[in-house]
Amino acid sequence: MPASLRHRLHEAFVRWALRVRPPEATPIVLTQRRVYVLPTRAGLAYATALGVILLGAMNYNLSLGHALVFLLAGLGIVAILHTFRNLVLVSIRPGRCEPVFTGGLAQFDLVLQNQRPDARTSLRLFIGEGVPLEIDIGPHASSVATLDLPALRRGWLPMPRLTIETTWPLGLIRAWSYAVPDLKCLVYPAPATRAPPLLWGGDSAQGSTRDGRGADDFSGLRNHQVTDAPHHVAWKAVARQQDGPLLTKLFFGAAAEQIWLDWDALADVTDAEQRLSILARWMIDADAAGLAWGLRMPSLRLAPDNGAAQLCTGLRALALHEHGAH
Amino acid sequence: MARIDRPVSRRQAWWLLAGAVATCLPLAPQFPLWLALAAAAALSWRAALTWRQWHLPPRWLLVMLVIAGTAGVFLQYRTTLGRTPGVALLVIFLALKLLELRTARDAVATALLCYFLILGQFLFTQTIPTALLACLTLLITTAALLAASDDRPEPQQQLRRAGLMLAQALPFMLLLFVLFPRVQGPLWGIPQDRFSAVSGLSDTMSPGSIAQLSQSDAIAFRVKFKGETPPQSQLYWRGPVMPSFDGRNWRVTQTLGAYAEVPYTGLGAPVDYEVTLEPHGKFWLFALELPATLPAESALTSDYQPVARQAVRNRLRYTQRAWPEAIAGINEARNLLGAAVELPKDGNPRIRAISAAWRAQHGDDSAAILAAAENFFSRQLLIYTLNPPLLGADMVDEFLFDTRRGFCEHFAAAFVFALRAAGVPARVVAGYQGGEVNPVDGYLVVRQYDAHAWAEAWIAGRGWVRVDPTAISAPSRISGNLADAVPAGEALPFLARGDLAWLRELRYRLDAVSNGWNQWVLGYNPQRQRDLLASLGLNEPDWRNMTAILSVLCGAVMLGLTAWILRNRLRVDPALAAWRRFTARLARRGIAWQPWEGPQAFAERAARQAPMHAAAIGEIAALYARVRYGPAPQAGELIRLKARISAFRP
Repeated sequence: MPASLRHRLHEAFVRWALRVRPPEATPIVLTQRRVYVLPTRAGLAYATALGVILLGAMNYNLSLGHALVFLLAGLGIVAILHTFRNLVLVSIRPGRCEPVFTGGLAQFDLVLQNQRPDARTSLRLFIGEGVPLEIDIGPHASSVATLDLPALRRGWLPMPRLTIETTWPLGLIRAWSYAVPDLKCLVYPAPATRAPPLLWGGDSAQGSTRDGRGADDFSGLRNHQVTDAPHHVAWKAVARQQDGPLLTKLFFGAAAEQIWLDWDALADVTDAEQRLSILARWMIDADAAGLAWGLRMPSLRLAPDNGAAQLCTGLRALALHEHGAH
Repeated sequence: MARIDRPVSRRQAWWLLAGAVATCLPLAPQFPLWLALAAAAALSWRAALTWRQWHLPPRWLLVMLVIAGTAGVFLQYRTTLGRTPGVALLVIFLALKLLELRTARDAVATALLCYFLILGQFLFTQTIPTALLACLTLLITTAALLAASDDRPEPQQQLRRAGLMLAQALPFMLLLFVLFPRVQGPLWGIPQDRFSAVSGLSDTMSPGSIAQLSQSDAIAFRVKFKGETPPQSQLYWRGPVMPSFDGRNWRVTQTLGAYAEVPYTGLGAPVDYEVTLEPHGKFWLFALELPATLPAESALTSDYQPVARQAVRNRLRYTQRAWPEAIAGINEARNLLGAAVELPKDGNPRIRAISAAWRAQHGDDSAAILAAAENFFSRQLLIYTLNPPLLGADMVDEFLFDTRRGFCEHFAAAFVFALRAAGVPARVVAGYQGGEVNPVDGYLVVRQYDAHAWAEAWIAGRGWVRVDPTAISAPSRISGNLADAVPAGEALPFLARGDLAWLRELRYRLDAVSNGWNQWVLGYNPQRQRDLLASLGLNEPDWRNMTAILSVLCGAVMLGLTAWILRNRLRVDPALAAWRRFTARLARRGIAWQPWEGPQAFAERAARQAPMHAAAIGEIAALYARVRYGPAPQAGELIRLKARISAFRP
């Protein structure tokens, strides 16, 4: 069978097997209707061996040979049931999925739950052509499976179809099922490695904070106020004096300025993806420098601020920039 | 996909080694010493590899070893086909396969080879101990296969799981065993090496050949009589008939069936019985004299010996009818009668002289000559013994006049010689005489030491008449058994001796068990399958309806097992079940319970919406909360809750 035809048949089977349109409602319970069972290659070898033993037993009229074949055939049937039981009624809930940069590995967390009083052994999970992940789930317990997938393009990366299979206990039978958990990973544009330096002053840098305090050169400590960025908390100082008040590090210098990261400032970079990469690089640099930065995009404007939340919002805006086009 | 390229772990290697040892050990006695030692060496090598975690031997070395092993087997047996060489080769392959355990695929192949070799064991013996041993091998091999998938569990857990799975496979085995349409083998030719060493009657008889059999207590056949067991003195089991004599050996001349039905008629009541014949590799079937019917696939030779179309290579069961008295061969063919008086030209002058005297006295009156011969034998005071002296060239004369000590073949040979010398057609009949009824299961067991030889004389007007010259000198051999007939102190097989009553009792029991095993397990063949199904009301079963029944029953067992295996211990708490009934009733009144509502909150809301049931609702909710969430609820409360909910009609 040509590879392409086989692939198409497989896809057709999967569409039929999944029945429900992905993504699925949670929790996804692998009911008996969606668990499939077929012999493995070892199982086919086993069946062939049984055929040969049966022929031998018939030829030599060995009653015990017949008994042996029939017992082994029974064992094969029992193996089907055990393998099926090992997988059926596992329930899958989507877990966390942290954003990653393009080129990194998206990590999908799934929580697999076993409601039975005996363990599930050697379940293998994989997405796409990925390396299978083998996990056990204890009695009445749940396990977290983290599946990796290379993030090749910015934007939303939905978790592809999950295959979950097991050949336990005898390795003769494979029971498997498909699921499409409602889980997607936000993929940021990869920060450009060679970006123009962050523009200081000029058009995109406007004014400075009134008290001249910024986040560039350390100038001292004062009592923490709720509006202070968490990454300016002097954790080391707090740790030194137990039960003391939270302290905020004060910085002084030119960098305590607001800067604007502007899409239009990169007009000479024609490739939109390249522009997004550069903006991502600037954001990271600005955040590392403790600057309060704002973002101007054709369809979006982000007021200047600093801190992790600002960085997340900014990178998310870049990731989803004109995302529908992709 | 199953990951067949996963490397084999140490623990998996130990398991497979255990499976291979359990497979090879019971086979070891079947092989020459060098092969047993070579296999043991390969298995020890594997053990050392695993223990020390050495590298596996290179592939070229294994290829050389396989070639060397195959050559060794060929040199030993001059063939690589057939039972013993085939199994020997598989043992070599198994031992060497263990030395190249690299991936999970090799592990599975090894386990399958072990399964296959269990069948090899059955080629040699199928006794109850063999079956038990095979169960053990099967258990260990299955545990090894389990370990090939998941090697983390401890050995006893692995064995327990293997045992559980095999136990669950048992119902399928029983169904398939009984109902799977059986085919009578062989499907192709069976190599001849299978019966090389079976003791039993042969197609020639010389002095000492039957006495040799008297040292064997192997079972020749078992008989189940439909009615009364005939008296011991009538139990002549007709075997090879030997009309040809060369001066020392008596030989069978007829090996092909001449009659498809018996050519004579019987007198008196027939005897019906069923024979379970142990395989002996020859064509003949044993029948109580004289056979009235012929088993399927058999015919009767011209000297009334039933022969099968194919050599008896498997335990064979057939039903037979016998006429204890029959008139056979009144119009016997001239050539047969002529052959039945042939003697070598010279030798044994003394008995020839006596025979000539009978002939001169009685002329053609063969009945009178027979009487004279019987009279002569009784007057010679011959002694029946297991250890007769060696005889020279004139063996009939030496036996009758000098040594006077002989076993049944001496008596029969001398008697037939005497009759022939007097011109009376006579022949030697070999077979078995007597047998022993096992009081436990009622089967008559005929053993090799019951082998016997007697004479048949042709008397005009009466046809062939059986004469047992042994009975003339040692009547107790015929009416009793061997032990009664031979002088005390002669070496007899253990089972033929009459002493040790308790041992005899034990033996009867063991033999009955073994016979039951033979009849119902080993002898479960197409015929027995048809009989069994007919007795279950399924007449004329063919493979189609057998397969249908089999599928239905297997399906039923599978459903049962599935239900048991998938038993979802998500047993709903009885209090919760009752509560659900309660909320369902309220839901029909438009007061739906929301999953996030606690029982009390729901009760308050429901009471507001249905004020006339407020008291009942409140009580039920309080009870439910106490039973389900309270500390150590009492049994009475649950019953009260159920009763309240049953009575609740909003």
